[in-house]
Parts: sequence; structure tokens; C-alpha cells
Amino acid sequence: MITAPSRRDYSLIGRDAKLAVETGLSAAEWYHTDVSRKQMKELMQRSDGPAIRDTAIWLAALIASGAGGAWFWGSWWCVPFFFVYGVLYGSSTDSRWHECGHGTAFRTQWMNDAVYQIACFMIMRNPVTWRWSHTRHHTDTIMVGRDPEISVMRPPDLVRALLGFVGVLDAWHAMSDMLRNAAGNISAAEKTFVPEQEQGKAIRIARIWTAIYAATIALALYSGSFLPLMLVGLPRLYGAWHHVMVGLLQHGGLADNVIDHRLNSRTVYMNPISRFIYWNMNYHVEHHMFPMVPYHALPRLHELIKHDLPAPTPSILAGYREMVPVFLRQLRNEDYFLKRELPPTARPYREEFHNDVVAAAAE
Amino acid sequence: MSDWVEACAAGDIDEEDVMRFDHGGRTFAIYRSPDDDYFATDGLCTHEKVHLADGLVMDDIIECPKHNGRFNYKTGAARGAPVCVNLKTYPVKVDAGKVLVQIG
Repeated sequence: MITAPSRRDYSLIGRDAKLAVETGLSAAEWYHTDVSRKQMKELMQRSDGPAIRDTAIWLAALIASGAGGAWFWGSWWCVPFFFVYGVLYGSSTDSRWHECGHGTAFRTQWMNDAVYQIACFMIMRNPVTWRWSHTRHHTDTIMVGRDPEISVMRPPDLVRALLGFVGVLDAWHAMSDMLRNAAGNISAAEKTFVPEQEQGKAIRIARIWTAIYAATIALALYSGSFLPLMLVGLPRLYGAWHHVMVGLLQHGGLADNVIDHRLNSRTVYMNPISRFIYWNMNYHVEHHMFPMVPYHALPRLHELIKHDLPAPTPSILAGYREMVPVFLRQLRNEDYFLKRELPPTARPYREEFHNDVVAAAAE
Repeated sequence: MSDWVEACAAGDIDEEDVMRFDHGGRTFAIYRSPDDDYFATDGLCTHEKVHLADGLVMDDIIECPKHNGRFNYKTGAARGAPVCVNLKTYPVKVDAGKVLVQIG
């Protein structure tokens, strides 16, 4: 399919990046639902208990499924074990990286740091670079040229989005970035969000990871078996589908260049297994509006503020039924997006800020 | 050296909590520690100028509500990414139930 060249410049050092800063769109004050200080303090409270429980379950299931896969390696019986292992390795780590990066999963900081480092390795995200990219994602959520974590740019590259389900491009870019960082090279884009004093740490981590992957490949060659790679590295590909499936729903098909998370983020009700894997990040409007609230308190926050938010999308399937047609329509008109209706109890969108953007939406 | 300025009543802040105080076109954060001591810092995070009074106090740490950057509010020391620059702190005393801050 032939599409017109994008009018959006997603480069972090490009035209739209400069424009967002010049117009004050970047680092603007975002809309927040009113929540009393007393209620917010209760919601923000940290606790080690839920994350220790969930981490113990996660690690036990990871070890058990990996051991099962290795035990049955060579027979079809290994497939279900690697199916589970892959999701725990290549998808659960997305949410563990995320929550521990915010420092909200555990009350005890070293626990956040430890799980963060493990999850970063598995999900192939440099813990330094991605900490800072996510900081920018929260400052300038889905702002063209400012947000380094926009999954689906406009017009959407659907082949790229589909390849994400098997992690091919992500892993390719992660490996390329790792080797580049290991060689001491921090890119111009990375320099826009990683402070100079942190860049050395990114390089050091990349070198350690390169050594681990080199050792894994060497072991696979020495043993003449793919098994070491099935346990380290490849699960980021064959287990990526769940985190991409739920991750695309976070912002896919919604507005860009706005300062109201109700316009650019999506809350989706999900089954308990997906919520365990995803650590409740399906409450995504709530998370962006109040990133201090730990994952285990997000359902309570949702109940408290849902009167002020668009109705949650009722399921993952409903989310795709809503999002995919928007992607297809954006192939012809990249300005099109889904503007979801607010309930009568909500404070209206601030049209004085978003009028031009909202006018582009068909509904 | 400037005079002491009354920020609030001692009971206005819960234990292990923080309160915003604006004075002379500037904004400050006043803290009450779990040990019932009072402290004051600049009110805005050194990372992206967000009001720390909306954040979470845990022991001697204030966590910024926007990006979860951490400071030791007793010393002003930056304690966790994404904050890299320390907070300015101010002397505080409690006199006749009032929290007084010495704003330099």
C-alpha cells in the first residue's frame, strides 16, 4: 500500500521536537482528576508484601517452566513449558521493568533495583537508557518528537507492529544498541534524554550484557544445542507477544500532542492472568495521571476516579476492535484518531488546549 | 540573614507528610518527619519543577509525584533518578505551635 509521507517528525532532535519545546507543549501541566490529599496519600503508600508475593510466584514459575523446557528438550513436551517460560521471560519483564523503574513496586528500594536490573536484562532494555526514556515518556506522553516510547507512529507501520509480537525488530534494535553502547557510543537521540553523568553507566551495563550473550552463544556452539539460547535471549522473541498485545492498547489509536491523559491513554479491563503478567498496567490512564500509585493500588484508584474518565474498554478483544480500524484509517488520514466520550460526571476536555487536535477526530 | 517566617501551625502537617508553603513569590515544602521534627526545602523538584508537596514522604525521603525522583528532605541530597541536583534546604524551628522557616 502506498501512503503519503508522514507530516509528523518523530525524531527526538527534529522539527517537531523543537516545536513542542518552543510552544510550551513539552513539560506542560497535565490534567489531573481531583483527589483529596488524604485519599492520595493512602493510595501512594508503599508496601513490600504484594510485590514480594508476586515476584516469588513469578520467579518460581520462571524456574519451573524453564527447567521443564530443558528437561523435555528434544520432544514436543517442551513446547508448553517454553510457552509459559517465554511469556514470563519476554512479557512479564516489561511490567517488572516498568514498575520497579518507577520505584513503586516495593517499598524497599534495593528490591526495586534488583528486580529492575533482572527485568531489564530479560526484556533487553538498557536500565540506564530506558529509565530516562521512560521519564521523558511521562513528561511528554505521546508528544511527537519528544516521547521516545511511541509504539505506533502515524501513519502506522502495521508490518512493524505485527513483527513486535515476535520481538524481531525490538530484539534487533536492542542488540544493535547494546553493541553500539558497549563500543562506547551514545547516540545523539539518547543524549537528549540521558544526562551526561549517567552515560558511562549505560556503557558499562552494555558491556556486561554483551559478555553474557557472548557466553550464552559460546555455550550453544560448544554444546551443539539451541537450548542455552532458548533459555537466555530467544524468549524475548517467542515470549514477547503478551506484552506487545497489551502494550499496544496503552495509547494505540488515541490522540497525540495533548496534555490530558484521558485523551491519549486507555484503561482496559483484563483477565486476572494478564493482569498478573502486566502488573495492572491495564489501568493506564490512572497510572499516567498518578504515577506514584503502586500497581497493587491501581484498581482502588480506578474506582475512585472512574467518574472522570472515559468508560474503560471492556476487554483486550474490544480494545483491538476499537484500535485496529483507527490504524487502518490512519493509513489514509494520519490525523485521524479515536476521541472517547467522557461520562456526564466528568470534567470536560480542555478544548482551549486541544481544539485543533480534537477537530481532527471523526468522533 | 533574613527573619524567620511563619509557614503554618505545627498541627497543620501530619506526621510523615509534607505541605506546600508559598512566600514572596517563592514556593517551599515543609516536612514533618516520623520523629516529629520539621524540615523545609525548596518546593519544586530540581528535575522538572513539579511541586514536591504532592509527593510521598517515606522516612527521610520525599518522592516527586511526577517521575518518582527521590530526595533526602533533611539534607536536600538527591537520592534517586531522575533527580541529579540536590534540593536547597532551610532552617526550621517550632515556636509556640508555629512552624518558622528561615528563608535566605
